Amino acid sequence: MATGTVLEVVMPQMGVSVSEGTVTRWLRNVGDTVSADESLLEVSTDKVDTEVPSPGAGVLQEILVAEGQTVLVGTVLARIGSGAPGAPEEPEPFAAPEAEIGPEAAAEPPAAAAQPDAGNSPRPADDLPASALLAAGENGPVQRFVSPVVARIAAEHGIDPTRIAGSGRGGRVTKKDVLSRVEAAAPTRPPVDHEAAQEPAPLEAAPPGAPPPPKAAPPLEAAAAAVRAASETTTPPEEPLGPGESLEPMSIMRRGIAEHMRRSLDTAAHVTSAIEVDMSKVAAIRERIKSEFASSYGVNPTYLAFVARATVDTLRDWPWINAELRGEAILTRSYVNLGFAVSLEGGKGLIVPVLRHAEGLNLLGMARGIADLAERARTRKLLPDDVQGGTFTITNPGSFGTLLGTPIISQPQSAILGTYAIVKRPWVISDDGGQDAIAIRSIMNLTLTYDHRLVDGAYGAQFLRDLAGRLQSWGEADY
Amino acid sequence: MAEKTYLQAISDGLRQQMRHDERVFLIGEDIGVFGGAFKVTEGFQEEFGSWRVIDAPLSETAILGGATGAAMMGLRPVAELQFADFISCGWDHLVTVAAKQHWRAGTAVPITLRLPSGGGFSGGPFHSQNPESSFAHIPGLKCVCPATPRDAKGLMIAAIEDPNPVLFFEHKHLYRRVKGEVPDERYATPIGEARIHQEGREVTIVTWGAMVYTAEQAAAELDDVSVEILDLRSILPWDKEAVLASVRKTSKVIVLHEDTRTGGFGAEIAATIAEEAFEDLDAPPRRVTALDTPVPFAPVLETAFLPQVADVVAALRELSDY
Repeated sequence: MATGTVLEVVMPQMGVSVSEGTVTRWLRNVGDTVSADESLLEVSTDKVDTEVPSPGAGVLQEILVAEGQTVLVGTVLARIGSGAPGAPEEPEPFAAPEAEIGPEAAAEPPAAAAQPDAGNSPRPADDLPASALLAAGENGPVQRFVSPVVARIAAEHGIDPTRIAGSGRGGRVTKKDVLSRVEAAAPTRPPVDHEAAQEPAPLEAAPPGAPPPPKAAPPLEAAAAAVRAASETTTPPEEPLGPGESLEPMSIMRRGIAEHMRRSLDTAAHVTSAIEVDMSKVAAIRERIKSEFASSYGVNPTYLAFVARATVDTLRDWPWINAELRGEAILTRSYVNLGFAVSLEGGKGLIVPVLRHAEGLNLLGMARGIADLAERARTRKLLPDDVQGGTFTITNPGSFGTLLGTPIISQPQSAILGTYAIVKRPWVISDDGGQDAIAIRSIMNLTLTYDHRLVDGAYGAQFLRDLAGRLQSWGEADY
Repeated sequence: MAEKTYLQAISDGLRQQMRHDERVFLIGEDIGVFGGAFKVTEGFQEEFGSWRVIDAPLSETAILGGATGAAMMGLRPVAELQFADFISCGWDHLVTVAAKQHWRAGTAVPITLRLPSGGGFSGGPFHSQNPESSFAHIPGLKCVCPATPRDAKGLMIAAIEDPNPVLFFEHKHLYRRVKGEVPDERYATPIGEARIHQEGREVTIVTWGAMVYTAEQAAAELDDVSVEILDLRSILPWDKEAVLASVRKTSKVIVLHEDTRTGGFGAEIAATIAEEAFEDLDAPPRRVTALDTPVPFAPVLETAFLPQVADVVAALRELSDY
């Protein structure tokens, strides 16, 4: 048998604040010969999916983390050697032949596979839950601050700290709060559940009631049940599927969106105001510069770029639209990190990449930045850092022809701008002589949905008025 | 066991150790005939003679240089610097020679420096400082800062017996204000061991010297917060395990010291807590210290400069509400 070097494939760091990832799909099987940089598997965080390349050439000897499992950054996912699978040079046979890589493997308690070797593992086993939980707290900048000790205790007991009523400042969950929750929960939970809850449940686990995997998975279900019990979500009673019904697991992204949408509505007092904007000037200018932008820069000056450009200028005058409620204080900024909602997967997913320091971009820079983000969103090349830190968001359902909507604010931002279809309408205008006339104009609706806790109606309306004014009076030289 | 003041306890320790060990001698300004500026060594020259209780010229450089040389020749000098502030005159002897001699040449330098320190009496910038942090940064030295009469005596004896240069910071404010039971026999309090001054559950105050009493008064003002006060006693070496154990219990910590803030020893403690007890913290470690200025003369300014009971109460309140 060959005794060459064994390469380890590890869960990559996909952004500074991301500490775990989920194996979504293995692209190669044990025993396959792989070349350097060839994609071995797909991994997913809550926002970004990517492929993991092979660190070198060789034979995929073993797969240590099955599909659906979530592990810390740095965890060994597979080993690549020069020999055949299960070569004797392996110090510890982890019994990871092919048989375990199927759905059966997912049925194992996750730690068994996620901890291939306690000695080589970058983190000790008992660190897993705490770190996993800390990472969960970073999913969005919105999450209420969870102190390290609360995160640790909560993780040790399988509790979701965001679901505990906090008695600390600004509703923060204190150590005392989590300890009393632990005490309250202690007598009712059998110890086996406690054990199970310590392990992060595979995120892609098929829910009970789905077409059953080849083998039933009692430990997994126990773990999932414990997590559900601990997080106190009310799971609807399981009903048998009726004719014509099917059940599919939520994707990680879907879960993230679901959680965020609910939380945003629970957090902010949503109010929407709308305004009509005559985009005729913008349309005319756009027509004029389109070919130059395309030939000189390869960039399309989209209407969205114009709106974004006018938005960052207007935000300067109305800083609370670009602000955040932080505890009992109002955080304002001298910069704008502009988020753009981009739909994915035929409308079955959404991502909001962020254009950082958009206040420093002219029309060309804005158009280029938006095009880059949209392209990378579609080709799954976004990094987690590309989708964090937004201060204001623009969503553009108008590209599908809709005329009005009430978007949900991306927490912890204070507002979101909606742009809608530009439609030619008969429009009453005043001619130079002051005479009213009906003209054909390109009209677009804009909505501003804002957090009424911070932004009053008049404030939001004036922002919209100024934004509309900027677009309506756009001059040839305005970039 | 008798009740003694902090000052009497220091004298007691010195006297017993001089009787116990003939190599021990004292040197300092006005410590002989006059009995010391604070009268710690009153009557010592009568008992031990002028060769063991030496009145030095007004030169900290000479005192520290002489003590270092005598220690290298096998004696156990105890040098009094009339005010800790003036130790800077002898920096070179202490830091360049005494602290490094053992590492450089294998020669022990068992000197003890008595350093009357601390403010609160309008002594101004030259007579009020707590320079312990400057020396806690020097490998090869030890620094002790007793708060109670019992520890003052025990640490004095431990300092003299220690084969390394030991800086004994005795707080002037405590000299006659603090009284306590002090064992009559000769005993050493281990250097590097903290003492739990008051047990509590919710917030830890790590402190030393006169600030132990400031912490105690602040804790007494808050009926609804259970405060643990850890008297570090030594800051080089310091009892990291005791601090971490207390933080693991309470998860909230204030480091309180009378020295100025920036680069103060509290920063070292806070950093260590952040590094080693991060997953036990329920609030950011908080420092309460003097301001980053020289010590002012004017009483109202000195009050503003030094950490007061109200400052500690505010910090305790902030952490308990966090």
